This record gives sequence, C-alpha cells and structure tokens, in this order.
Amino acid sequence: MIERLKTTFSTAIKNITNPYNLVTLEVEAEKVPDILQFLKNEPDMGFRYLTDICGIHYPHNQGQELGVIYHLHNLEKNIRIRIKTFISSDYPHIPSAVSLYPGANWMERETYDFYGIIFDGHPDLRRILNVDDMVAFPLRKEFPLEDPNRRDKKDEFFGR
Amino acid sequence: MAHIKLNDELEKETITLNLGPTHPATHGVFQNVLEIDGERIVSGVSTIGYIHRAFEKIAEHRPFYQITPLTDRLNYCSSPINNFGWHMTVEKLLNIQTPKRVDYLRIIIMELARISDHLICNGILGVDTGAFTGFLWLMEEREHIYEIYEEVCGARLTTNFGRVGGFERDFNEIAFAKIKKFLKEFPPILKEFEKLFNRNRIFIDRCVGVGAMPAEKALEYCWSGPILRSTGVDYDVRAMNPYSSYEDFNFEIPVGTNGDVYDRFMVRNEEMWQSLRLIEQAMEKISKEPQGVFHADVPEFYLPPKEEVYHQMEALIYHFKIVMGEVPNPATEVYHSVEGGNGELGFYLVTDGGRSPYRLHFRRPSFINYQVFAEMSKGALLSDAIINMSSLNIIAGELDA
Repeated sequence: MIERLKTTFSTAIKNITNPYNLVTLEVEAEKVPDILQFLKNEPDMGFRYLTDICGIHYPHNQGQELGVIYHLHNLEKNIRIRIKTFISSDYPHIPSAVSLYPGANWMERETYDFYGIIFDGHPDLRRILNVDDMVAFPLRKEFPLEDPNRRDKKDEFFGR
Repeated sequence: MAHIKLNDELEKETITLNLGPTHPATHGVFQNVLEIDGERIVSGVSTIGYIHRAFEKIAEHRPFYQITPLTDRLNYCSSPINNFGWHMTVEKLLNIQTPKRVDYLRIIIMELARISDHLICNGILGVDTGAFTGFLWLMEEREHIYEIYEEVCGARLTTNFGRVGGFERDFNEIAFAKIKKFLKEFPPILKEFEKLFNRNRIFIDRCVGVGAMPAEKALEYCWSGPILRSTGVDYDVRAMNPYSSYEDFNFEIPVGTNGDVYDRFMVRNEEMWQSLRLIEQAMEKISKEPQGVFHADVPEFYLPPKEEVYHQMEALIYHFKIVMGEVPNPATEVYHSVEGGNGELGFYLVTDGGRSPYRLHFRRPSFINYQVFAEMSKGALLSDAIINMSSLNIIAGELDA
C-alpha cells in the first residue's frame, strides 16, 4: 500500500514514519486533496472514514510554521493512517477536504478558529468555538495562556 | 393617516425561533437559530462554544497528571472513560504495560460509566417524548453507580479517576460489594424500563422514522458510537482496536437498521446489557488474578505511597520528579482512542520531550456527531428535531472542550 502511494505521489510524499504503529505521511500541502482522494476512493486503499483533523504550530520552523494533521481510518481492513502537512504562517492556505469528507466541515472550522489556517473551498469558514470578533488565533504558541496584564498573580504579592 | 408599511424583512412568512443557548430541551448550553414555517423547520444554524474552556491550550501548560481533571469535564456523564482514555494514551506513549487486574478493574468502571451515560440519554429521551417515569426510575440507578465511583476514588461526577499506570488505591471490599449489588439489582429495573418503552405505542409513534440516517451518510459525516451503530455500521473501538484487554471478553455489538431515534434508543439499551455482561466477566476474571495489584510497577511514573516518601530516599526522589514533571518522555506523537459514551474519543498527543504536551488534541465525538444536526432538521417538525437532538446525546462539555 505504501509502495503504491510512493509510486503515485513520488515527490509529494516527503517523509514516512511509523510511530506506535500508525503510518504517518508528511506530504506537500497542495497535494493534500489528491492524496486524500486517492486514499478514499482507490479500491485497495479504502480510507473512507475521516477520524480527525487538527492543527499544530511550530513557530521556529521557518516557512513551515503551521501544520494540519489528518487521521483517516479504513474500517474494512481496520488500518489507520496519519497525513501531516506544513504550511507557512505568512500564507496559511490549504485546500479544503469538505467536498471529499462532509464531516470535515466543523473540524476545519475548529482548526481555522485556533490556528488561522484558511481552508480554500470551505463552504462556511467561520469561527466555531471562540467569539466571532476575536482577532487572535489562540492555540498559536505566541498567544499567552493568561492575560499578561493580570495583577493578582504577580510574584511581588507572594514574596517572590 | 396612512398605514405604516412594514418592510420586507418583517413581512416574511417564516418565524425566526431562537432555541437556546439555555433552553431546557437542548440539555446543554448551545444555540440553534431556526426558521420555522408553522411547526416545520425550514432551516437552522447551530452555534456552539458557550462553554469553551480552551482545554487544549491549558493542556499545553500542564504536566500529564494534571490533565486528567481536564478530561473529566469533556463528557461529564461518563468521566471515567475520559480519564482512563487519557491515562492509556500516556501509557502508550511511555510503553507502560498495565497488569491484567488493572485492565479488568478499569473495564468495570468504564462499563459502569457507559451505563450511566446511556441511562441519562435514554431516560431523557423518555422525558422529551412525554414520559417522566422512566427517567426517575433510572436516575436512582445512576446514583448507585456514583456511589461505586465514590467508594473507589472519592468523587462522583468529575471523578479524576485513577492515575497513569493504574489506580490511586485498590478497590476495597465495600466497592466490590456495591458492584455485586448493582449487578443484581440493576437488570430487573432496566427490564422494567424496557417494558415501559420498547413496545409503548406513544413512544414508538414519536420515535420511529425520526432522524433516520443512512449508514453511508453517517460515515461521511464521521459519526461514531451508538448513533453510528444504529445505522447498521458495527464500528466499535472496543472491538476494532481493543484497549485495556477488551480482547479477553465476550460481548456483542448491537446494531440498528435505519438510524432513527428508536434504533438509537434500542442500541443504547442493548449496550447496557452488554456492559453488564462485561462487568460480570471482569468480576469473574478479577477473582482469579492476584489480589492487591492496582497499578503497574513503574516507579518513574506512578507516585509512591506517602509513607514511603517520608522514609525512603528512592521514593522521595521519584515523588519529587513526578510532581515537578521532571520525568523524561520521548519526543514523538501518539494517537489513542477509546469508545466513549458517544463514540470514538481520541487523544492525539504530540510531545517534544518536555514536561507537558507540545500539542494535545481531543477527538470529541459529540462535536463531530453534532455538525449534521442542522441539516437533518430541515423539513422536520420542531418536536421531532427536539427528540432527534436528545437522542444524539450531545454533551455540551464534550462539544466545546
């Protein structure tokens, strides 16, 4: 299976690992729809179930700061696969998977909400868990967990 | 004087109805803005996020053992499953092998949690269709489950159950006695509940055909759990990717045929019977395991007893290291999923070797199951949409995280 993926998408697949027996492909962002399409519709692939989509932020990876991670599941053969792709935070665009997996709708909205990753072609890309007028993307690493202006937790009040 | 001309906006033929965020029929804090034409829903928009607490952000700033209480608050109707799911994720990351007895004890608690989750859902479905009796009948039983939790971990709802590697303490005699009592007393009550509902004319008229979902569409929308099984897909994480020694047990996965509210009700009822079977088998198996084993032998990750901390150097060091989060862990990524009350509850954990996760993502079944609700409700009666929502069993805590 992996051999077939390799021959079909030779250059798009950058890295293949297998942490804890879950095959993980790192792929190029623009090839994601093709690869998902292939994994879903090819008869001997059959990854028809989308388990999850989530984002990740590596602020120090120049040009590849933001990541999107897909978990797919082949329910007939009971195989899971993980697809990872990295994009620049200057131009955080990636093609949407909603037309392929309708269930990706809210997962992509959540990823947009927290990381500001724009899924091109998404039918309704709005914030989902945070308020609509929020400007920041709170799961990015530069966003502090607590309000830095809070006075009640300053060291001076605790004799430190 | 001329008539005041109403503008087009006010002359529309549908009514905008704001259902939620705090409406008794939503059973949680979320909103649906519906356009209704008489009693029919024309369109709807679901808004969620009212109890979003940024667990994924908080988790990036906490050592592993402090994340357990966060998971409590996802699906708070079956928090032990979330707790153990998280512990098993960390154990998978650190390659910790838990003893069989721990696995079986966990299964007892997880299946009790599943029963308590399904009790609520099916009880409330009765309330939403106009029958309060069943709900009261079942709530008393949930109380007994909570008493078992209380005996083992001291808490009832948000349990913070167990530790990485096993349990904080062994189950005492009272706990086992309570489990045995529950196994004896619960089946007649569940039977009575089924007698009240399964062939009840009014209940069937309200539920059959409401919110029917084809299996193909359910899979496309990434459904999981009882509602997916009610459409006829036998996907259950416990059987597909067994964790905590589920492979040692005999149990069946009930499936429905057309995924309507009635099928979901029946699937949940049958799952409760299967859970009872699992608990009985686990009790049987535990009696054959060596007594007193309640955690894995991993001093680097499992806190030593306090008496040892005060008297032994080793224990003191481990205690300090665990509490301060100074335990080394590999820089890798791991996905682990368990069958929660509502479906596949997944934990995607990325570590960089530090004391807290670099990234922790919860695959929350309620969040993913709920997204198709607005679309399902198009053309439905308002009263049908309410019971459809009720039997999707959306738990706001899990929805928003």
